[in-house]
Amino acid sequence: MQLALVRRQYPSRVLSVFTPFIAFGLTLLAGSIMFAAQGLDPLVTLYTYFVEPLIETWSLHELAIKAAPLILIGVGLSVCFLSNNWNIGAEGQFVVGAITGSALPVLWPDFANFATLPLMLLFGVLGGCAYACIPALLKTRFNTNEILTSLMLVYVAQLLLDWLVRGPWRNPEGFNFPETRIFNDAAILPELFSEYGRANWGIVFALVAAIGVWLMLRKTLKGFEVQVVGASPRAGRFAGFSSSRMVFFAFGLSGALAGLAGIAEVAGASGQLRPVISPGYGFTAIIVAFLGRLNPLGIVAAGLVLALTYLGGEAAQIALGLSDKVVRVFQGMLLFFVLATDTLIHYQVRVTGGTTAGDSRGDR
Amino acid sequence: MEIAENILLTIATASTPLLIAALGELVVERSGVLNLGVEGMMVMGAVCGFVLTATTGSPWLGLIGAVFAAALFSLLFGFLTLSIATNQVASGLSLTLLGLGLSGLIGEKFVGIAGQKLPSLYIPGLSDIPLIGRLVFGQDPIFYISLALVVGVMWFLFRTRAGLTLRAIGDNHESAHALGIGVIRARYLAVLFGGACAGLAGAHLSLVYTPQWVENMTSGRGWIALALVVFASWRPWRVLAGAYLFGGVTIGQLHAQALGVGIPSQLLSALPYLATIAVLVIISRNRRLTLLNTPASLGRPFVPNR
Repeated sequence: MQLALVRRQYPSRVLSVFTPFIAFGLTLLAGSIMFAAQGLDPLVTLYTYFVEPLIETWSLHELAIKAAPLILIGVGLSVCFLSNNWNIGAEGQFVVGAITGSALPVLWPDFANFATLPLMLLFGVLGGCAYACIPALLKTRFNTNEILTSLMLVYVAQLLLDWLVRGPWRNPEGFNFPETRIFNDAAILPELFSEYGRANWGIVFALVAAIGVWLMLRKTLKGFEVQVVGASPRAGRFAGFSSSRMVFFAFGLSGALAGLAGIAEVAGASGQLRPVISPGYGFTAIIVAFLGRLNPLGIVAAGLVLALTYLGGEAAQIALGLSDKVVRVFQGMLLFFVLATDTLIHYQVRVTGGTTAGDSRGDR
Repeated sequence: MEIAENILLTIATASTPLLIAALGELVVERSGVLNLGVEGMMVMGAVCGFVLTATTGSPWLGLIGAVFAAALFSLLFGFLTLSIATNQVASGLSLTLLGLGLSGLIGEKFVGIAGQKLPSLYIPGLSDIPLIGRLVFGQDPIFYISLALVVGVMWFLFRTRAGLTLRAIGDNHESAHALGIGVIRARYLAVLFGGACAGLAGAHLSLVYTPQWVENMTSGRGWIALALVVFASWRPWRVLAGAYLFGGVTIGQLHAQALGVGIPSQLLSALPYLATIAVLVIISRNRRLTLLNTPASLGRPFVPNR
């Protein structure tokens, strides 16, 4: 048996809407097998994992907290991936944004007024942006592969954070725990509806970013440029679009959004810097970007789904003793199935019996 | 003398997994496929090697199991990119993410268990020669396999017909297909070989380097191996040189940490990653040379046109 791909004349519009759902369904199916293998009732587990977190208000708030960084980073990555810039170091840009944004409340704790939070967010954005421009600079100036450099910089950023919270930025009144001082009240991202849950302004930033980037891609020349350069670099050159400027634009934008996600996470959910501030948001956001089919509005939905995998993982761990390691397996499978079903949009898959490529050609 | 010998031994131990993983990826990339899943396959090899060793009591079975498990795992990538022509960069990433997740789940019950070390070679007399005895005659078996692999891959790629075919596929898959060469089949074999090598490299980590299982224990080595292939401009002997250079940097910074020089340990830990970036920049700044060496079809999906 062999698979043969026949290219469609036009990409299937119906399938391009439905493939993410098919992929999610397949992930649930594979997940059920995994649960059953661990001796759990798949239906009960799936219910606990994917439905229960959606029933109560407080956990919807938690969902928003986890979805915000995923959407922010995923939206930025969509611009990168659409223009063929493989930034896979968003995790590092997230960390650096958190660091540069936190510099203000950590180093000047007495600077507490209305300007504190906006300045922190600005520093976070600038920090993430600048850090993302390193691989962009190396790519445009020295032709260096951006996949490897951006990824290496993740490890460097994590070590930088580790050094800061254990060394110069450690809380002087913190009994030697590796964490910075707790931010002053003016440096905390306010909650939206604090009587109901913890969701903060992060999710609003995420939605604004998604709509903004969607409009940019749809309605502006820059957005057109992103898509042309990505689909055909040669056509982009003929149209007079500078490919190096596009590299900086894509990396800069995604780094800025990742940096914003970083400082919003620290100023919102944790209120101080610790050695580890992210459960891999920067990498999970790659899955979010693809599940959302690189469309900022789709990414909003995809971000909520991936946030649910984190939240459901916690719920199932508490209720059923399911391993917290399952979360990353789920996320990995999801990307696998998204990519696999993506093929259906561009190709018809035919199963041919027994013959090899050479044979079938000889027959004709 | 003793100290120098120990340092050289640890450098060899630190370099071996990088060398093996990079050699496997080199063959994959020579066939025109970019598999960014090295980290994931490597960590799968590490966990399967450790778990099998712990359950069967034989590190040799663990070693073999690791190679098979990682090769099997690489088939997922093969299916995505070769059978249904998905984007290779994204598929490689998905393999890495899935591998890191799965390995955590598989190894969960084995964290903190003392592992068994793969026995080192010992030849009475020869292994006791001062300075070079243990270096040449007293290392772990995977070390010797890694050197044999360098020679084997060089011989295969540049001295055999199959190697020539593989390189032709990597440089121009349409022409190779037109000549009647089975592009997809050859690439599947290359991907399998890459997976097996990554598995062996992973087994080296959990059976020789630090005989235990720690989640994410590859800590970026798969990515460094990928960078080594670029650094080596797709030549096996340069992979050997590069791997030992990186092993040297890794061990050098570990010794500096142990000596407690006035530099923060985090900066020293970051050195291998910073060195990778520096080396990539130096190698790739010569655009013409890079273009000349890169397999021309690298990363491009291939759908046979029948």
